[in-house]
This record gives sequence, structure tokens and C-alpha cells, in this order.
Amino acid sequence: MDWTRHLLIVPILLPLVTGAALLLIDETRHTLKAFINLASTVLLLVAGLVLMHMAASVPDGGGALALSYAIGDWPARFTIVLVLDRLASLMLVLVAVLALASLIFSLARWHRAGPHFHSIFQFLLMGLGGAFLTGDLFNLFVFFEITLAASYGLLLHGGGAFRVRSGLHYISINLAASLLFLIGVSLIYGVTGSLNMADLAVRLPVVREHDRMLLQAGAAILGVAFLVKAGMWPLGFWLAPAYMAAAAPVGAVFVVLTKVGVYILLRLTLLLFGSPAGELTGFGGVALLWGGIATLIFATSGVLASQAMGRLAGYAVLISSGTLLAAVGLGDASVVSGALFYLVSSTLSTAALFMLIELVERAREPGADLLAVTIEAYGGEEGEEEEEREDEAVGVVMPGALAVLGIAFGCVALLLAGLPPLSGFVAKFAILTGMLNPGGLGQPGEIPAPVWVLVALVILSGFAILVAMMRTGMRTFWAPVQPVLPRVLVVEVAPILALIGLCLVLTAAAGTVVSYTDATARALHDPATYIGGVLGGGETSGGVR
Amino acid sequence: MELTLAIAIGVLTGSGVWLILRPRTYQLVIGLSLLSYAVNLFIFAMGRLRVGAAPVLADGVTNPADYADPVPQALVLTAIVIGFATTALLLVVLLVSRGLTGSDHVDGRESR
Repeated sequence: MDWTRHLLIVPILLPLVTGAALLLIDETRHTLKAFINLASTVLLLVAGLVLMHMAASVPDGGGALALSYAIGDWPARFTIVLVLDRLASLMLVLVAVLALASLIFSLARWHRAGPHFHSIFQFLLMGLGGAFLTGDLFNLFVFFEITLAASYGLLLHGGGAFRVRSGLHYISINLAASLLFLIGVSLIYGVTGSLNMADLAVRLPVVREHDRMLLQAGAAILGVAFLVKAGMWPLGFWLAPAYMAAAAPVGAVFVVLTKVGVYILLRLTLLLFGSPAGELTGFGGVALLWGGIATLIFATSGVLASQAMGRLAGYAVLISSGTLLAAVGLGDASVVSGALFYLVSSTLSTAALFMLIELVERAREPGADLLAVTIEAYGGEEGEEEEEREDEAVGVVMPGALAVLGIAFGCVALLLAGLPPLSGFVAKFAILTGMLNPGGLGQPGEIPAPVWVLVALVILSGFAILVAMMRTGMRTFWAPVQPVLPRVLVVEVAPILALIGLCLVLTAAAGTVVSYTDATARALHDPATYIGGVLGGGETSGGVR
Repeated sequence: MELTLAIAIGVLTGSGVWLILRPRTYQLVIGLSLLSYAVNLFIFAMGRLRVGAAPVLADGVTNPADYADPVPQALVLTAIVIGFATTALLLVVLLVSRGLTGSDHVDGRESR
């Protein structure tokens, strides 16, 4: 039974080792590299599922955390600690599913469009795994930087002036945000003398009054760094161009990057500024709520104004971010539970949209000219052989390809807009139920004004997405007199259909999923579980400097 | 000493912020570098300023007050390495952008 403890480090070690090993394999051996990458991602998914099972089998409210893993087995408070709970394992599985889908999609052509795609891909997974599992703020910074560095490489994958320009903006913004991250972390360390999240949660309520202002400043600066990542208005203007410029499978993985910001905000606000935090309880909640509302307004107008489909998808990411941020700001357990369901559903469907856009745009413009140029630039030595394989592969035209794409497009539109019968509806329904029943279902309770604004905006943003998607869909599928039959491979359609299929499963098994997210939300609202699990023995000594 | 350090951090941050708001990519890189120096000094200062105190505890019973806090020093080291690597990456992207667009404006073309 003891070896299962070590499973906790697999989501970090496995991609690291795979990514490093892939560096050593020559760039021309695409098939081998793709196979290793695929195998590693599948293993990651398996590990994620096992970890999720472990996390879910802990009795709800039993006082014990799923698992904490002290690297090097130093005593708690001194060690670097990895923590597994329901939330972390949910995110791990989500990332692995998404990675698998976009990896399979990229195998059709994208993975050959530039050097070291597979290594960078694995390093991205390593950074994400670490960010979800880590139990202290500084390692969070390190894993965040690994994720970002890998995302810089992936964003530029495929090359071209547009990618380089938006890559430049993306990197500059994120470097500046990382500096804010460091300032926030060091301020918090300066006041409390600890970086371990559980230890911080113990120490925060007993921070002396004249230090409290400094601590709040530190937490706020740290929060800004994550909000840049989550794309909150007015910090999210970089997002739509960058996501639009990214290659389709990269854009699909990037959807989860904004959710990392949301994940950390959710974890930290509820852990550090949850109910036992004394004077600091609820710190930042109002800012998140209004920030989320502003993001929703901005993104809704953005969706309506978008002509290009890539930009539309970028704003759909922002809508999802805005909804989640506002839900985190409300901080109510039932809202958070709905928000987690929404997080899973919207991530899967937005990723499917990113991949779908590439295929649909192929129906509009037959020549994928940019791709051809980049493949020429990078695959020079094996030019002729490459051409042949390309012809052979792309030559297989799927019958009724356009019909399949149209149906998939319609499903994604339903998912994003939150219409029945798909999981987008269940997710929004769960969030709205939480918002409109603040005292619990059937209990009377006062609904504050901002919540009404939020409810209206959540519904309105879904409507805006519906309008925008239908407009684009009609223009693409119905308007052309002589539609260009897109050349679509089965490996490209399969991951999209699989993601939509997963959303169907989410709909059918909504009861199970919601009871999981409910348990997750309850655990998040009970920081004592987390603290006890990490520090052990529930000691509450508050050594404040 | 506190005043000197505070002024140094302030000047670095001020110059850095001004530079990253400028339109040239070279100014951007220098600005980000200055900012990262400022942040590194700031992290260091958050471990409290001590003169002539070793950062590592000796064996046996010791008074922690005699030593400087080693954690911020470790953090600064990590931050320097990561900042260095990401800045190098940014430089490469800058050069590519300059080569592709023929302009060192951050938008790839001069604003009119």
C-alpha cells in the first residue's frame, strides 16, 4: 500500500523524464517521438485517474486529506510538500484528457511544423502537474514558470510573423506578471515567515495588526499575477490575439492555462481567507466578483464583435474565466461546486472549438498556406519524402466531412451557450441554482444586487455566444453555393468528437459528477482538513515574526 | 542601509516600469531586466537586512537571531536563474521578430 504514496510525484516526474528523453531523439524521427509522447500522456492520464480515485475514496469530511507527499521526507513546515486533494486530482485528469486530445489532433500534421514540439509539450504537462500538486507558494512560482516557458515555445510553434508578434506580447506580459508574483510571495514571506500554504493558513489569523496591511498588499499583488493569467478585465487584453495566433492543438491546450490562474485563486482564497481567517476573512472576494463581472461584459461584447473564428474562441475562453472568477469571488460552497462542473465542461468544449476551427477554416480556404510554408522551412532535409507522405495522408477525404464538422460545431455552440441538453446547461444551471439560493435549496435568503447582475450576465453571455456561433456557422456551412470539401483526417475529427462525447458523458452522469464537485467544494470550505493533512496532528501554533 | 536599499529598489523599479512602457523591443528587454533586479533586491530585503551574519546555522544549540534568514537567499537564487532563462528566451523572440518584420517596434511596425 505504501508505494501508492509515490504515485503522487508521477505527474511531475513522468513528463520531465519523457520530455528530456525526447530531446535526445533526432528531430527527423517524428513517428518514434510521437509514439513516446503519446504513451507518456496516456500513462499520465492513467496516473491521474488513479490519483482521482484515491482522492475520491477519502470519506467526505473525515478530517483527513487524501495524501501529502513530503519530498525528501523532511518534517512538515521545512519540507517541499506535494498535496493531493479532490480539486488537484480533478484538474490533473482534466489536463491529461485535454493533452491527449490535442496531441492526437497534432499528429495529423502540426507536430511536424517545428522543432521539439513533443519535448515542449511534455514540459508544459510537467509544469501544470506541479502547479496543481504543490503545497507551497515558491514551488508554485517555479512550476508556473516552467508552464509559462513551455507555453512560450508552444505558442511560437509553427512560426510566422503573426505568431512571433503575439508571442512577443504574450511573453512580455507574462514576464511582468511573474515579477508581480515574486513581489507578492516575498511580501507574504516577509510578514509570516512561511511559504507553505497550510502553514500560512495557520499563521494568517494571528498576524499582528500593523503587519496586516503589508500582508494584504502582498496577497493582492500575488492575486494580480494570477488574474493576468486568468485574463480578468483589464488584465486580459493579451489573451484573444495570443490564443488566436496559436496553432490549433496548442490553442486547445492553452484553454487550460487560464484555468490554472482560476484554480490557484480558488485554492488560495478559500484556504487563506476562508472562514477561520479572523479579520482577513473574505479578503479579495468583492474584487474578484466585480472583476469577473467586468470580464463577462468585456468578453460578451468581444464575442459579438468577433469576425474571425479564432478571436471568437479567445473571447469564449474569457467568458469562461469571467464566470469562474465571479463564482470564486462569491465563494459560496454550492456556487463553487457548480463552477467546478462549469470549469470542466467549458474547458473541454472550448478546446474542442479551437480544434474545430482549424478544420472548418480549411473548408473556407483550401490552401493551408501558412502551414505549408512552415513545414518547408523546418523540414527542408526531407522535403520530397515529406511531400509524398503529406499527399498520401491528406488525400483520404472523409465522406460527409462537412456534415460531421457541422454537427460538431452545433454541439460546441450548445455546450458553450449553456443550452440543454448538453453539459453546458447542467453547469450553468448548477451555478445559477447556487447563486439564487444563498441559504441552501428551498431556504429563504437575501440575494444581493451584484448577484442579480451576475445572473443576468451569465445568461446574456450564453446568448451572445449562441448568436455569434450561429452567425459564423451559417456563414461557413450554409452560405457557400459550392462548398469546398475540407480534407479532414480521422485523427483530427476523432479527438474533437471524443471531447464532445466526454461532455455527453458529463451530462448523463451529471449526478455523480456534481456529488464529486460538491464534496470538493465542501472540502475547500473546510481549510482545517487541508491544514491537518499537510502539517499533521492539527497543530495550531502560530509563530509569527 | 535601509534607506539606500529602498532608494535603489525604487530607482530600478521606476526606470524599469518606464522602459517597459516604451515602444522599442530593446527598451522592453532592458526594462524587464531592471525590474527583475529590483525584485531580486526586494526579495532579499524581505529576509530582513543583516550585516556580518552568516546565513547557515551551525551544529548544536544556537540562537537564530545571530543568523541571516537563508530562505530569501535561496529564493533569490532561483528567481535569478528563472529570470535569466526567460529573458534569454525573450531576446531570441525579439531577434526573430526583428528579422521577420524588419522593425524593432513591439508591434512589428511603426505607429503613425
